[in-house]
Amino acid sequence: MADGDNQIPKLDDALQVPCIKPGSMDGLQPFLASPEHQEALGFPGELVPDWKERALAKMEELAEKNRAFQVYLDICVKCGACTDKCHYFLGTADPKNMPVARQDLLRSVYRRYFTFAGKYFPWLVGARDLTEDVLKEWYSYYHQCSECRRCSVYCPYGIDTAEITMAARDILASVGMGQKYSNEIIGKVHSVGNNLGLNPKALGATLEGLEEDIEDDTGISVRIPLDEKGADILLVTPSADFFAEPHIDGLIGYAKVFHQAGVSWTLSSYASEAANFGLFIGNYENMRLVSQRIRKAALDLGVKRIIFGECGHAWRVAYSYLNTLAGPWDFLDQNYPIPQHILEFTWNEIQKGTLTFDKSKNDHLNMTYHDSCNVARGSRMGDMPGGQFEIPRNVIKAVCNNYVDMDQDTIHEATLCCGGGGGLLTDDLMDLRIKGASPRMTALQQVTKDHGVTHMAAICAICKTQFSKVMPKYGYEMDSVVSVHQLVSNAIILDGQETEDDAPEAAEAEE
Amino acid sequence: MLATIYALLFYGATILLVVGIAMRIQRYARIPAPLKIPTTPAPTTTGGVVLRMAREVIFFESLFKSNKWIWLFGWTFHMALWLVLARHVRYFTFDVWWWVQIVQPFGTYAGFAMVAGLIGLWARRFLVDRVRYISSPSDHLILALLVAIGLSGLTMRFVAHTDIVAVKAFMLGLMRLQINELPADPILLTHLGLVAILMIIFPISKLMHAPGVFFSPSRNQVDNPREQRHLAPWAAELEK
Ligand code: HEM
Ligand code: SF4
Ligand code: SF4
Repeated sequence: MADGDNQIPKLDDALQVPCIKPGSMDGLQPFLASPEHQEALGFPGELVPDWKERALAKMEELAEKNRAFQVYLDICVKCGACTDKCHYFLGTADPKNMPVARQDLLRSVYRRYFTFAGKYFPWLVGARDLTEDVLKEWYSYYHQCSECRRCSVYCPYGIDTAEITMAARDILASVGMGQKYSNEIIGKVHSVGNNLGLNPKALGATLEGLEEDIEDDTGISVRIPLDEKGADILLVTPSADFFAEPHIDGLIGYAKVFHQAGVSWTLSSYASEAANFGLFIGNYENMRLVSQRIRKAALDLGVKRIIFGECGHAWRVAYSYLNTLAGPWDFLDQNYPIPQHILEFTWNEIQKGTLTFDKSKNDHLNMTYHDSCNVARGSRMGDMPGGQFEIPRNVIKAVCNNYVDMDQDTIHEATLCCGGGGGLLTDDLMDLRIKGASPRMTALQQVTKDHGVTHMAAICAICKTQFSKVMPKYGYEMDSVVSVHQLVSNAIILDGQETEDDAPEAAEAEE
Repeated sequence: MLATIYALLFYGATILLVVGIAMRIQRYARIPAPLKIPTTPAPTTTGGVVLRMAREVIFFESLFKSNKWIWLFGWTFHMALWLVLARHVRYFTFDVWWWVQIVQPFGTYAGFAMVAGLIGLWARRFLVDRVRYISSPSDHLILALLVAIGLSGLTMRFVAHTDIVAVKAFMLGLMRLQINELPADPILLTHLGLVAILMIIFPISKLMHAPGVFFSPSRNQVDNPREQRHLAPWAAELEK
C-alpha cells in the first residue's frame, strides 16, 4: 500500500468527476476465504477443477431465479448516465468502477455464452470467454462495490449494479472463491449468533457492565435485559453496539428510551446480530438461515414485537426481506410494524410526549447527518415514502440545537456510501475504503467550512466503524461520527435524574 | 422479383420481431423476483407504481436527475421516434385515422429532431471518455443504423421524392398477403432494408430495453414488504 497521504484523493467538490485512469485499482483484492470458512457455508473449499462449467451453470441458474439479474443483463443501453455516480469511481478514477463497466465485466461473459450475438459475433458486442483472468478480475472489482444502489437511482431503467455484484459474488463463492471477511463472519453467526462470535456469557457480562456505567452516569438504574422470556419487545441490534465506539453509546440511548417509554424489552443471545452478511455475498440460502435465527428467538422468548437497532444493511434486510425470509409473522402483535426501526419507536415516543430532553446537552456539537445507503435506497421508515430521511432528522432536531444538512446532491436518495459497506469493511481493502470515502468526506468538509459542522451522525454500524477509521485521514477526530441514539442519550432526562436546573442551586448552596 | 424479395424480407422480419419479443417478454414475466428491491423512496401502492413507471417512460425521470445532456438528446430522439412511427401508420391503413392525420405535420419535422438527438448521443460516445470506454462496436452500429434510417427517410421526404402511392399499395398488399409492385428507387430500398434489419436485431439486442424497463424490479415493485409477504415459488420450496 502506498504511504498514507498519497492515497487521499483531493476533490474540489463532492461529486467532481475525474478523467478515467484505466488500471488504477487493478489487482486489489480482499483475502480469499479459507476452505474451512467456505465449507461452513456450503461452498467448495477452494477453486474447483471444473470451475468454468460450474460458474456458467450458476449464472444460468441465477438468470432463471432472479428477474433483476436477467433483465438488467439484457437491457442496459450503455447510455453512460451511471458512469459518474459511484463513489468508488469518483475516488479511484478506475473506469472499471463505473457501474456500467462493473456490470459489463459479467455481462461480457453472459453475452458470450447465452446470447445469439455474443455466440456468433463476440467482437461486435464486447463478449469474451470466461478465463481464469476474468475470474480474478471479477473477484477484484466485485469487491470494489459496496452494493449501495446509488447507480440504480440514476439509471433510466433502475439497473442496480448491486444485484450484479451479489450474483457475481455468489458465482465466485460457488466455485470456491469466497471472501474471507464476509464468510468468516457469516460462519460465526451460524454457530454463535453474532458477527463477533460473542458467546452468551460474555454478552451478559458486557451488558451488566453497561448497566453499571449508566447508573454511575445518571444515578438511575436502567436495564439492558438479555434473554428475558415474556418481554414484549425483542431488540435485534448489530453486535458492534455491544463493544465498539460510538455504537455502544447508541445502545445506551435505546435502553434509556425504552426505560422512559416504560416498555418491557429484551435482547437475545441466540439472535444477537442485526446485520445479515448473507446479503453481501448475494446468497439467498445463507441470508435466510441468518434471518431464521430471529424468528426462532422471537418464538422462544414469546415476544410480541421486534425492533431493530441502528444498522444500515441490517435494516434493509429487516424492512424489505424479513417477511420473505422468516415470515409470516402472524404470532406477533399486528398493531405495530413488523419489524420496527428503533428510530420509528423513538420518534413515536417523542410525538407522544413521553420523553423529555435537555437539548443544551448537545450544544457542544454542530451536527450533520449521513444517510446510510441501504436505509436510504433500500428501505423505508414510517408510513410515507421518504420517512427514512425525515424520521432520523426529526429525532436529531428534537435533541440537538445545531443541525445543518450537507449538499442536497449528497443526501437523501442521492447519498454517498461511507466507502465500507457491502462486505468491504476489512483492513485488506483499506486503500479502497479511504478513496471511496472521499466524496462523502468532501461534502462534510464543505459544511464544516461553511457552517462549522463538527460532528456527523449515522445510523449504521458499518458507517460508524468506517468513518471512525477514515475520518482522521480527512482531518477529523475519530469520534466525529456519532450514533443518533447517542445524541438522544446525551439529551434525555430520565425520571428522577438530577438535571442541570437542580445542579446550579446545589452548587450555589455549597459556595 | 424485387417486390417478392422485400415482401419475404418483411414477413420474415415481422415474425422474428414479434416472436422474438414475445418470447423474451414471456421469459421476463416467468422469472420471479425473489426479494423486494424497489429503489426507495418508492410508491406504496400499485397506482403509485403505475405513475412512477409512466414518469420513467414518458419523461425519462431518472435520466433527467442523472445527466441533462443525455436526457436532452435521448428524450428528443425517443419522442421524435414515436411521432415518426405514428406518421408511418398511414402507410398501413387504407383510411387514415384522425390522430394520424393530426401528427402528420409534426411527424415530418420530428425526423430532423430524431436525427439530431441521435447525433448528440453518438457524439458523446466519442467525446466523453467514460462513455467512449463503455461503448462496443454494436453501440455505434445501432446509432449508425438509426441515423441511416432517419436520413434516408428525410431524403425521400425533402429531396428525392419516391412514389409514395405505390409504396402504400405495396404495404397494404402485404397486409392482405398479396405482393404488389414496389418502386425500384434505391433510397427507398435502402430505407426499407435498414428498417428490416432493425426489426430483426430488436429482440436480440439492447433495444429490448423498451419492453424490459417495465420488468425492472427496482422500478416496478410496490414498497410494501412489511404489509404483504412476498415469496418466490422456488423460495417457497425451501420452507417445506
Ligand atoms: C417504452 C419505450 C422506450 C423507452 C422508455 C426508452 C427509453 C430509453 C432511454 C431512457 C434510453 C437512454 C437514454 C438515451 O440514450 O436515449 C434509451 C436509449 C436508446 N433507445 Fe430507447 N426507449 C424506448 C423505445 C425505443 C425504441 C422503440 C427504440 C428503437 C427502435 C429505441 C432505441 C434506443 C437506442 C438506440 C438507445 C441508445 C442510444 C445511445 O446509444 O445512446 N428505444 N431508451
Ligand atoms: S445508466 Fe443504466 S442503461 Fe445507462 S449505462 Fe448505466 S446501467 Fe446502462
Ligand atoms: S452499487 Fe454503489 S458501489 Fe456498487 S457500482 Fe453502484 S454506486 Fe458503485
